[in-house]
This record gives sequence, structure tokens and C-alpha cells, in this order.
Amino acid sequence: MALTRDYSHYVKELDAGVAHLDLAVEGVSCAGCMAKIERGLSAIPDVTRARVNLTDRRLAVEWKKGAVDPAALIDRLAELGYRAYPFEPVRAEIVEAEQSRFLLRCLGVAAFAAMNVMMLSIPVWSGNVSDMLPEQRDFFHRLSALIVLPAAAYAGRPFFRSAWRALRAGGVNMDVPISIGVILALGMSVVETIDHAEHAYFDAAVMLLTFLLAGRYLDQNMRRRTRAVAGNLAALKAETAAKFVGPDEISEVPAASIRAGDIVLLRPGERSAVDGEVIEGRSEIDQSLITGETRHVAAEKGTAVYAGTMNVSGALRVRVTAAAEGTLLAEITRLLDNALQARSRYVQLADRASRLYAPVVHVTAALTMLGWVAYGASWHDAIVTAIAVLIITCPCALGLAIPAVQTVVAGAMFRAGVLINSGDAIERVSDVDTVVFDKTGTLTLPDLDVVNARSIPADAFSLAGRLALASHHPVAAAVARAAQARAPLSAAQEEPGKGVCAIVDGVEVRLGSPSFCDADGLANEILSRDPEVSVVAFRRGTQCHVFAVRQQLRPDAVTAITALKTRGIAVELLSGDREPAVHHAAQALGVAVWRAGVTPADKIARIEELKRQGRKVMMVGDGMNDAPSLAAASVSMSPVSATHLSQATADLVFLGNELSPVVAAIDYSRQAVALMKQNIWLAVGYNAFAVPVAIVGLATPLIAAVAMSGSSVLVMLNALRARRAGLEVR
Amino acid sequence: MEVLVYLVPLALALGALGLAAFLWSLKSGQFDDLDGAAWRAIADDDPPQSAQK
Repeated sequence: MALTRDYSHYVKELDAGVAHLDLAVEGVSCAGCMAKIERGLSAIPDVTRARVNLTDRRLAVEWKKGAVDPAALIDRLAELGYRAYPFEPVRAEIVEAEQSRFLLRCLGVAAFAAMNVMMLSIPVWSGNVSDMLPEQRDFFHRLSALIVLPAAAYAGRPFFRSAWRALRAGGVNMDVPISIGVILALGMSVVETIDHAEHAYFDAAVMLLTFLLAGRYLDQNMRRRTRAVAGNLAALKAETAAKFVGPDEISEVPAASIRAGDIVLLRPGERSAVDGEVIEGRSEIDQSLITGETRHVAAEKGTAVYAGTMNVSGALRVRVTAAAEGTLLAEITRLLDNALQARSRYVQLADRASRLYAPVVHVTAALTMLGWVAYGASWHDAIVTAIAVLIITCPCALGLAIPAVQTVVAGAMFRAGVLINSGDAIERVSDVDTVVFDKTGTLTLPDLDVVNARSIPADAFSLAGRLALASHHPVAAAVARAAQARAPLSAAQEEPGKGVCAIVDGVEVRLGSPSFCDADGLANEILSRDPEVSVVAFRRGTQCHVFAVRQQLRPDAVTAITALKTRGIAVELLSGDREPAVHHAAQALGVAVWRAGVTPADKIARIEELKRQGRKVMMVGDGMNDAPSLAAASVSMSPVSATHLSQATADLVFLGNELSPVVAAIDYSRQAVALMKQNIWLAVGYNAFAVPVAIVGLATPLIAAVAMSGSSVLVMLNALRARRAGLEVR
Repeated sequence: MEVLVYLVPLALALGALGLAAFLWSLKSGQFDDLDGAAWRAIADDDPPQSAQK
């Protein structure tokens, strides 16, 4: 059968006959890789541009349309030693990149204005206490207005827009007091400049914008970065399917381009990307990602196949049914919708703070004005003092208090292997007092592992590993991995559904089912000791060995669970797998509360029960069957090997083979929320000192500038301490 | 103090020049890959396609 690969789905056509392809590249980590890839691809004729983005680990290639086959580019990269996957940027990512550039533009303009206005303000401040002429001061003030008014109109847009949206929706967010403060400061300064007054607050307004924009940009950039990595991971798992384009001709196409009614080939060891019905072939199917059940089910003509399940032994022809109409998926989607609706909207710390903050500040300013009028001051002076109160309380430090911590913590968690999916996840994780784990693929590694490696002689093991490379069967793949086999045996032949064999030094070697290798006795002996394992036999001449293979617990699972318990967090285990397997895992981990054979609905019911008891539940799971319970829990986490649906639902995604990121996420989040609260108190403390000064009318632009920058820097420095949390768990 | 009439606009013009340079570099994608740019600066020689562009 002829096999071609079709990547045209991903190729974008630019004008002037140029084709463009974005690739996510695995293993690009240094300048050397960058140069190697760019040179290697540029050497191909008709490739006009190849540029690696090291931040996002991506590669953009352009070539003359029709001159180069995209598959050839990917092969070339493979020759260079890099696995690359075609890539379709998600819409959210494009929007975020645009947003991040917009913030950077605003920040540039605000910083320019702030620096140049300082050049004009410092002479005024020093001139006011020495010998500056009123005409010179007016000249400087007018120049300041000329710089600041357009700059603030440009750079203030992120705040003005968000404040306007909040007001129109009938609410208040942090941007409302910021916008009011900036606009009043500018308005008052213009009036004061026309009146030839001593003080104008142009510098304060634009400095405020600069600090806040810096905070926003850092926050946005961190988010963009984690999203880019998450996007790459999605591309690495990019689902392709082998579609029949002729009676005997298959083309490897992206799953997104498959339509209902298409016929696809599901090869052994391949995960199905579609829902469908078997029309030809006989095999076993591993549904553990869907149901949590590790025992394989038989598949033959008429059996339904779901996306995410793995074909274990024989090749299957599958007719695609409409993806969303699969009964199992539809059921899970329904539960997911319900759970998402039930999730009460969490009120973020920043919103809670600004709800308290805005009215207090505005009432204080109004009282100041009325107080001065009652005291006998002119309306003009009273209004100027009131606006000074607003400027000095403008939440410079408060606006930075939370984003600064979030940025630092997101960076630290990123390095610890945790990606943050939703903005308020950090705050929700910090409250967690119960963690519910799924077993298959979450507590255990997603891949199978050989458990009796020690009892097999090294030379037989390595030979079996090399032979196993010829097979796609997941059990064989586990043997190859355990033997660290690199060189496949030449002339190895696969007998479908049985195993592989080859001739080495004149002796026949076989790897496969026990009956294929005449090893039934040995296999039964192992199975009787531990019925949970899968077995694969190996025979070389008269020598015979049986490998026992099973899903292993993650290497640090016991340490991680113990670490959670020492933090006072209750741990539970809910699995769709059979009771003996779950019991075994629960015992090994020391988890007292566990349930086996639970359905997705049961999982939700248990989580709801815990929530009713007032618990804050974190759900950690990977399977399709976990998605609804991930959505039902107060916060959720998925390993990177999880199904798309689970990953999209989870608030956090962790990388690697270890479970320690779960503990690290909790530690970092707790530290982060403590720091956020500290920062808010710092901001409040600053106001307690600055507000009385402003109320009695002593706040000058100089005092406002010093107080604002001082408190902002203090809050930023305090936020940097978040890096230090969680060091002990790594 | 008449010198201010020249010096202040001059200072502002220099500042504006810096801003214009920043906005241009932002627009031409120089801020898209800060990690990569850090390494490219010390690479042995420019990758070939930058010569073609």
C-alpha cells in the first residue's frame, strides 16, 4: 500500500506565490540548534526563509509555492535530528500576541513621555524653591502638557477601554479608579497651567501609566509564553489519521480534515483520532484513556471505536462517524457542560480589593472637598485638594500588587513544569485542602514498563529489545524502551496478532504472545503470581524468557502523596479501573480513601459530596472520563499526556514523568497568595501615610512622584520573593 | 536662558527619535523572540537567509 503524507491543511499561502508553514520543533534549546536548523533548511532549493523562534520553540518556513513538498521539509528536519510537527496557531494565541504588542507599544510611548516630562518637572520642582520666574514655569508646564496629553490618550487606552467595559456592565474594576485618577489629574493640570499655578501633575499621571503598563505587559507576556508552550504540546500530539484516498492508497492527513464517512486505517500501536465503526479487521483495543479500564476489549466488524483509544494488535479499517455523535463522547460532553455551568464564578482577589477600594477612595476625595469648603476655602482650592487625594491614592501599588506576584509565580511554576491555563488558577489552588487523583495515566505513567527486568539476562534482554523495535504493539514498545534498544534487527518479520521473528547468527529469535513462542507454562506461572500484568514471551533457540509488563506508578508518586499529606491535604483515589488494580495502587501509595470502577457521573457525585462538606477539591486526571470531574472540582490539573478534552478543561497542566509538580503548584500558589495579600497591605499602608498628607493639602507633585514610585518598587521587590517558594520539593 | 528655546526642543527631538526607533523595531518583529535574539547576537556569523532578505 502506498503511503503519502498530506500537510496541505497547514500550509498558508502568502501573496506573491509564497507558501508559509509554521512548525513546532522538539528539542530546540540553544543557539547551535537555531543555526543548524536555519542553515539546513535554507540549503534546500526554493526555500526562501527559515527562521526559528527560540522563545516559542517554533519554526517558520517559506518557499516558492509548489516547489517544495512540506513533508520533505519535515524529513530534512528529522535528518538534522529534530522532530517537527505542523502547526495551526489557535485563535486565542493570535489575539494574545497582538494584545502583547499593543501593550508594549503603549508602554514605549508612556515611558518616553515619563522620561521627557521628568526633564521638565525637575527644573520646576527645584525652581519653585529657588528663583524660577513664573513665565519660565508656565513655559515648562505647557511643554509638559504638549507631551503628556497625546501620550496619555494613546498609552491609557488599555485602562480606559477596560474601565468603560466594566462601567457599562454595571460593575467596577481596578481600571475604573485608575482611569478616573489619570483623567482628573490631567484635567486639573491643564486648568492649573492656564491659571499660572505652581503645581501641575502631568508627570504623576504619565508615571502612573508607565508603572501599570509595565506590570500588565509582564503579566501578558508570561501568559503568552505558557500558552505558546501549551500550543506546541498540542501540535506534538497532533492527531493525524491514515485516510484511504484510493482502494489501496493511504494518505496521512490531519485529523481536523477528516469528515464523517471517510475510511481510515488504524494501525497497531496507533491511537485513534476519530470516532468510528470497524468495517474490516480484528484486534484488541485499549480504552484506558476513555474509561480508565486497563484491560483490553476485543474489536471486530461492527465494534465502535472512540477517539483516544489505542489499537493494540491487528490493523483495522474504520468508517468515521460524526465525531460529536459518538454516544460515549456525547454523554461525556453533556456531563462536562453541566459541570461547567455549576462551577460558581470565583471572585478574584484583585476584584475583591477594587470593590472595597474604589468607593472608599472616592468618598474620601468627596469628603475632603466638602470639608475644605466648610472650612472656608474657595471651591477652586477645595477641588484641587480633592483631586490631589485621588492622584496620590491612585492604585499604582495596588494595581501592581497582584499582577507582579502572578507574573513571578507563573514563571517559577513554568520552570517547575507547570503550565497555567486559567488566570485565577493560582488563587484557587492555594485554597485546596483535598486532592482527588485518577489512577491510570495520572498516578501511573502513561506508558507500559517491564516489571521483571532483573530476572532476565542482559544479552537476551537487549536482543529482545532490538527485535521489539520491529513491532508496533504497545507491549513490544515497552520492552524496546526498557532495553534502551536503538538498532532494529534487519529482516525482522511481523506476524500480525502473534509477534515478530528474525534469524540472528543462524538461530531463530521470536518475540510475541506466549503461544507464538511456546512459553505458555512460564507465562501462566507469572500470571498466577500477579494477574494484573500483561506478558510477552521471547525465545532464542531453546532459551525462553517471559517479560511481565504493566503500568508503573510515577517514580516519585509515593513521595509526592506523602508531601501532600504533610501539608494537611486529604488525598483520595477515584478510578474507572478494576478493584484489584486500584487496591494495589492505593496500598502502595498509602491512600486510605479509594474507589474502583467508578463512572464519570460517580466521580462528579463524589466531588460534589466533598464540596458540600465545605472542602476545596483539586482534581488531577487525564482521561476523557475525567474531563467532567475536572470541570466540577474547584480547581483541576492534568498531566501533559492527557486527552485534548481534559487538557482544555484543566486549570493547570504539568509536564514530565513526575508527580512533584502537583505539590510544587500548591506550594507556589500558597506562597503567591500570601505575597499578594502582603502586597495589598503594603499598598494600604502607603495610603495610610500618604492620604492624610493629601487631605490637609500638603501633597505636591514631588511628593506624589516619590511616594508612587517608592511604593511600586517596594511591591515589585516583594513579589520577587515568590521565586523562592517550593524550592524544597524540587 | 534663551538657550532653552533650542535645548528643550532638541532634547525632545532626541527622545522622539528613540521612541520612533523603538516603535519601528517593535513593528519589524524584533521583540517577537527575545531569547533567540540574545543568542543570535553572539552567533559566529549570520545565518544565510538574513543575507538574502
